[in-house]
Amino acid sequence: MTWYERRASCRWSAEAALRWWMRGSAALAGGLVVLVLAFVLAEALPLLLRVGGGRLFTDASWQPTAGRFGIGPLVWGTLLVAGGAVALAAPLGIASAVFVHFYAPQALVRPYRRAVELLAGIPSVVYGLWALVVLVPLLARLRPPGTCLLAGMLVLAVMVLPTVALFADASLARLPPELWRGAAALGLGRWATVRAVALPAARAGLAAGVLLAAVRAVGETMAVLMVCGNVIAVPADGLAPVRALTAHIALEMGYAAGEHRAALFATGLVLLAMVGALVGAVHLFGRRGHHA
Amino acid sequence: MLEQRELAGVGEARRLVLPARAGARGRARAREGAAGLGAWAAALAVAGLLGWLVGEIAAGGAPALSWSLLAEAPADAGRAGGILPILVSTLLLVGVCLSVALPLGLGAAVWLAELAAAGGRRGRWVRASLDALAGVPSIVMGLFGSALFCRTLGLGYSILAGGLTLACMALPIAVRAAEQGLREAAGELRRAAAALGLGRAATLLHVLLPAAAPALLVGVVLGIGRAAAETAALLFTSGYVDRMPGSLLDSGRSLSIHIYDLAMHVPGGNHRAYASALVLLAVLLCLNALAGWMADRWLARAHARC
Repeated sequence: MTWYERRASCRWSAEAALRWWMRGSAALAGGLVVLVLAFVLAEALPLLLRVGGGRLFTDASWQPTAGRFGIGPLVWGTLLVAGGAVALAAPLGIASAVFVHFYAPQALVRPYRRAVELLAGIPSVVYGLWALVVLVPLLARLRPPGTCLLAGMLVLAVMVLPTVALFADASLARLPPELWRGAAALGLGRWATVRAVALPAARAGLAAGVLLAAVRAVGETMAVLMVCGNVIAVPADGLAPVRALTAHIALEMGYAAGEHRAALFATGLVLLAMVGALVGAVHLFGRRGHHA
Repeated sequence: MLEQRELAGVGEARRLVLPARAGARGRARAREGAAGLGAWAAALAVAGLLGWLVGEIAAGGAPALSWSLLAEAPADAGRAGGILPILVSTLLLVGVCLSVALPLGLGAAVWLAELAAAGGRRGRWVRASLDALAGVPSIVMGLFGSALFCRTLGLGYSILAGGLTLACMALPIAVRAAEQGLREAAGELRRAAAALGLGRAATLLHVLLPAAAPALLVGVVLGIGRAAAETAALLFTSGYVDRMPGSLLDSGRSLSIHIYDLAMHVPGGNHRAYASALVLLAVLLCLNALAGWMADRWLARAHARC
């Protein structure tokens, strides 16, 4: 074998190795979500097969060591906390994007966007700490101890606000410039342009942003765990404590064993199903946005 | 259909701006003013929230901030002493995460950008599955990590298990950043390399990766930030132990878990939690600023050259 042939064969094997590395990583990256689902399902399966998945919602209480696995109040907890947070964050986030596009002086646009991105980058545990030390004492003045549904809603609203704002910002930026020219030609004021042209045209993108904020709110753990009080019950009002699905897993995973542990993995499956439904809705809106 | 909607919108707008009567015109003007006020109020609220948050953490954490905080081990459940072992654990966790997520993410990104048939079914499937992975809540990734790495692979509560869980979470971000970098770098360059008769490996190593390097680096810096901020997935994978880790198989407490533990489980731990949060925020802000600076400097120049 001449040196040239050797080099050529060497190069071929480098090429082959490279190709296998790429294929392998792509296969792993693509299969990982299936692996996640499979492992969570496998851990929950013994319990689901023995007592059936319906018991999670029909059992009156959560006493896993006594064979009662009701997580209904936790589902309500997640829905209430996340729903309230998104309802608070959506108008504020969209208003923030409208500010960037229609009202902010040119010099403010970049710093303001940077500030919203910073807000998005703050870790959830820092939000939780802030809420625990600032929000909870304020709410405790209304009714002690202050760790309650409202505290969770407020801190989650602050956390998902940048998601709504950045998405709304991006979808307003994607609108064709002819729209603004048309609006200007009609002599529309800024608010009239926003209300009658910009928001209706960006509708699909805005909805997708709000749904993604809901995905984040449902999946958020730390802040909810720190400020909600974590009592398993459907809250009677905003100042009553509540426990979300995520906080439930975080609280009990440390010491759970046997069926208790399996029930927590089943709780994870319920969480995945909720997130999956929301992501599916995002895709639906995304597709509609493309067609329009 | 869109045109109809637009026309309807325009008709509505006409009603808003060109009202027939003077009183209605005044109302439209008042509405404009109120909307402007509202937009400014929303912006002030957002900026105010950021200021409130960062100000509160800075004011609460600054008094406890000192050299000994960074250089000593925690004492009295974290109420005294420093956070050195916690910083080391955090660094190791991020290191494990990067050293797994980077080669895998890069490989998958090259496959998606170069090998997968454009618009082909397999490429689409991999992308969709990565999107789904990005949507999995971090606590569920923690469940997965605890089942796979801690139990099935027998790693127990360890930095390795935590870092691998973080790598799974970072993978979608890594792939997306790398793929975007490769796509932006490609085009002309790829055709030029093909014209020179370079093989796929040589093109990738000598042409595409160097050209995509700035975008990759920005992605890496942002990924480090994400990994350092993660908490929930580490609760039952890397564990709580606040000693200096002896190896990757030891349990190690990340900075974010330290903050959680001090705030929730240690009475009188709040000021130390603030100090740790301040350190974490400072690191994240620096990483963010670094990524922004690199993006402005390198990516802008690369675009200018094209």
